[in-house]
Amino acid sequence: MREIDAGRITEVIERLCIEANEHLPEDVKCAIRDCRVCEDGEIAQGVLDNIIENFEIADRECVPVCQDTGMACVFLEIGQDVHITGGDLSEAVDEGVRRGYEKGFLRKSVVRDPVRRGNTGDNTPAMLYTEIVPGEEIRITVGPKGFGSENMSAIRMFKPSAGLEGIKDFILETVEMAGPNPCPPMVVGVGIGGTFDKAAFLAKKALMRSLDSSNEDPFYADLEREMLEKINRLGIGPQGFGGRTTAIGLNIETMPTHIAGMPCAINISCHVTRHKTEVI
Amino acid sequence: MEKHITLPLTEELACSLHAGDTVYLTGTIYTSRDAGHKRMCETLKRGEDLPFDPQDATIYYVGPTPAKPGQVIGSAGPTTSGRMDAYAPTLMSVGARGMIGKGARLPEVIEAMKTYHGVYFGAIGGAGALLAKCIKKCELIAYEDLGAEALRKLYVEEMPLVVIIDSRGRNLYEEGRERYLKMHGTGMDQ
Repeated sequence: MREIDAGRITEVIERLCIEANEHLPEDVKCAIRDCRVCEDGEIAQGVLDNIIENFEIADRECVPVCQDTGMACVFLEIGQDVHITGGDLSEAVDEGVRRGYEKGFLRKSVVRDPVRRGNTGDNTPAMLYTEIVPGEEIRITVGPKGFGSENMSAIRMFKPSAGLEGIKDFILETVEMAGPNPCPPMVVGVGIGGTFDKAAFLAKKALMRSLDSSNEDPFYADLEREMLEKINRLGIGPQGFGGRTTAIGLNIETMPTHIAGMPCAINISCHVTRHKTEVI
Repeated sequence: MEKHITLPLTEELACSLHAGDTVYLTGTIYTSRDAGHKRMCETLKRGEDLPFDPQDATIYYVGPTPAKPGQVIGSAGPTTSGRMDAYAPTLMSVGARGMIGKGARLPEVIEAMKTYHGVYFGAIGGAGALLAKCIKKCELIAYEDLGAEALRKLYVEEMPLVVIIDSRGRNLYEEGRERYLKMHGTGMDQ
């Protein structure tokens, strides 16, 4: 049994909130640069040049890449041999978000009530996802999620007879519906299987995976490649102004499901797909 | 076509812009998004004046991050314009002509743009750090309680924009995509 102080979790989350918002992951930058090379239209090239200049300014000057510094999605993979001491875990996470968003001059974008609204003023609460895993470490990932793209996400409960074709059509349909709204080039996270809620979680988790990685199952790795290629034939292009680069990545995560169902969730993200991880 | 324009956005200037034009915009603009638009429309409904003169004005749909010490403004890219569709025709009816945002607009907004000679400009969504560089002055003029959504008066220089929908209703989202597909094909039949 290893003891970890809740205050340490707060410190790490504070730092990750700021770093994730100011510095795009290398795999995302690489994917954008690669797409710039393949783009042949003048407007599309100009947009990608500006997007590259933007993340370079953010890196250099340590300012947020995007003004929508998102809801703080916090993933904790907690080793089963860890004992958290010195405070409440959820409160420790929220305190990290509170401090990070204040110290980093990040925008506070959370409202207290979905219908009655009212800003909480400190970007809390975090969207907290916990998983218990073997070991005695905690793997902390902070993925600030903007809502221009979140709003274009979708979930559908398919009949199993819809099969692979049903899922393929749903992915293309969702990207088509999203069009210029989620700040393309986008990143597409797909979750298949589980229950209604688990499928959505898998789609979110897919967005946290590096764009230069593939699903471990060759069947889904092929599907990732195929669907990214098909999306990039839709012609929506950077910012929806027309072009090849509609998406810079597509990740799929799956899990077992019920004999009667085939849930599929699609979580749309933008070219500012941010996440930062630290293991303590 | 590349154009360098100076505000205010008069009817004549608005009509000279075409969907697909790259525009570098200089002048005074106003920021507002969801909650600010709602309040402005309620103000007009009560027959009261807006916090700024709407005639030939341009509104930037943005909720910036807080400015760090020494900065004019924090990161300041556009938010999704569709959420302002319910309010945009009302604001155009009192003279506001320019809108800066990102994403699709409803047909009724496009109809209002044709009626009032409005222009919808796109700023690059997600390029908040880059766009902040063009903002030289920032002054809070109303609705301070709304935080990031408060109404601000900005002075911008050479702000890089693209005309998405022009005053005749031509739409780059449709035309740009059609042009790309015409040149490259959908490839779906392969």
